[in-house]
Amino acid sequence: MTAPWTADEEPQVYAVERSGDLVHVRQAIRALAQRCGLSLVDQTKMITAASELARNTLTYGGGGTVRAGLVSANSRRGVGAVFEDTGPGIPDVEQAMTDGWTSGGGLGLGLSGAKRLVDDFRLRTAPGEGTAVTIIKWAR
Amino acid sequence: MVKRDNAVDLVGLLSVEGQDLAASWVGEVTGSLGGRVGAAELNRELRELYEALVEALRKGATDVHSEHMSEVRAHLTELSRNRARQGFSPSETAVSVFALKRVLEPVLEKGTADEIRAYLRLARILDSLGLFTIETYTQTRDELITAQAEQLLELSTPVVRLWDGVIAVPLVGTLDSARTQVVMEKLLQALVDTGSEQAIIDITGVPAVDTQVAQHLLKTIVAARLMGAECTVSGISPQIAQTIVALGIEFDGIVTKASLADALKLALRRSGVDLVAHTGAQR
Amino acid sequence: MSDRIPILRIGDILVVSVQFDLEDQTVLNLQEDLADQIVAKSAQGVIIDISALEIVDSFVGRMLATVAAISRVLDARTVVVGMRPAVAITLVELGLSLGGVSTALDLEKGLAKLSRSTSTGPR
Repeated sequence: MTAPWTADEEPQVYAVERSGDLVHVRQAIRALAQRCGLSLVDQTKMITAASELARNTLTYGGGGTVRAGLVSANSRRGVGAVFEDTGPGIPDVEQAMTDGWTSGGGLGLGLSGAKRLVDDFRLRTAPGEGTAVTIIKWAR
Repeated sequence: MVKRDNAVDLVGLLSVEGQDLAASWVGEVTGSLGGRVGAAELNRELRELYEALVEALRKGATDVHSEHMSEVRAHLTELSRNRARQGFSPSETAVSVFALKRVLEPVLEKGTADEIRAYLRLARILDSLGLFTIETYTQTRDELITAQAEQLLELSTPVVRLWDGVIAVPLVGTLDSARTQVVMEKLLQALVDTGSEQAIIDITGVPAVDTQVAQHLLKTIVAARLMGAECTVSGISPQIAQTIVALGIEFDGIVTKASLADALKLALRRSGVDLVAHTGAQR
Repeated sequence: MSDRIPILRIGDILVVSVQFDLEDQTVLNLQEDLADQIVAKSAQGVIIDISALEIVDSFVGRMLATVAAISRVLDARTVVVGMRPAVAITLVELGLSLGGVSTALDLEKGLAKLSRSTSTGPR
């Protein structure tokens, strides 16, 4: 998968192993969003999306990593983050992207909700091979 | 060596002894602009440009984008930007450059073969400088338009306080997604700033809504509810009502009123204000 | 880490002010503590002030809805106060409308809402 954007810097890697790590992920994304100059509402949307996806990584993927950094494309700047795990993967992506569908006892808004909060959303998964979700929020 | 000779030719063309070509140039341009730029200002602008151009040619510059031309470009950029801001047309802006060709035209009749060749080479450089002017002009106008659009967006979405605890946004004109989003954020922030629990979105002046705009309005209303405020939509025209039904947009749970007055009455009642008409006041 | 957020009592109303980004376990602890305290103090109302929160994700959102539901079962009312505009916009976009949760702009209006609802109830 070749991305149509370039990383402005070497992305930082954060572990997602315990529920306490989610707080660090949120802080890291907030710092990036502020550095990128996202509006307050866009900052909030990006951090919330990251929180949802990091929780997915923990709950469904059995832990993994978040790589986050500033990206740019067509003279626009943005914040990008990749959530990766080596868990069971998602057998039915279409179903997983449906509002209200959940396999983990949550509200089932994680994936579909996070997608609505960001500008770019890419999901790569295969049964038994883990899941990688990439999100980007562009500065306006 | 050849290059150097070229340069000398071009410079020679522009610095004829006993002739103030720059003055003729200024005269030529003044005529075309009809006195809308001050004579002193024009004189300064063109003389600076003229000197920069002679200097650049002396260094052998022929390409507009070369480093030796940077001074020329800076002067041209300033000139184009000023013209764009003052409302001149692109032709009126570019003519400042092209007028120099006309000033040099006598060379074509009286000049030697070498001088005519030099004129043609200089003409080509002046042509590209003229194009550069138009490009800069267009860019400046684009920037102006963008800035005005943003100002308009700000101006066209006022949040007004109707009563203690009641605010309203009267929307006028076509709503697009971007504008609706601005309204949404301004309205919600105003709820916090004024401590208002009642908000009225009046769309009397909105000719049409599409699905996206309706969705944004709905989201605003839900977001306001999450913050602890109630919204009323007033002034829905028959056409918009038909659109809403035809598009199948869910308007359930949203309070609508025919007019802003009705919406205000409701908002006041909800905030515990009673309106009492004095007997005899009505005729 | 098992941080617990202090629960204050004013008359028959419990007040919780969330001041920092919460870990999931702290969120769950709060939910549990509130349920215990509603019964222990026979509280009529609960106010959760989230004006300091810059983020409310679906996990915290679910806790708010659950506390509201639990308090209803225990004959008390919950009011969530002070949600920031950016947070509200984000929650709506996320698809979380918190139906069944009462809200107010700030603590004062939240208290007024609770006292209104108890005084206009069946006498």
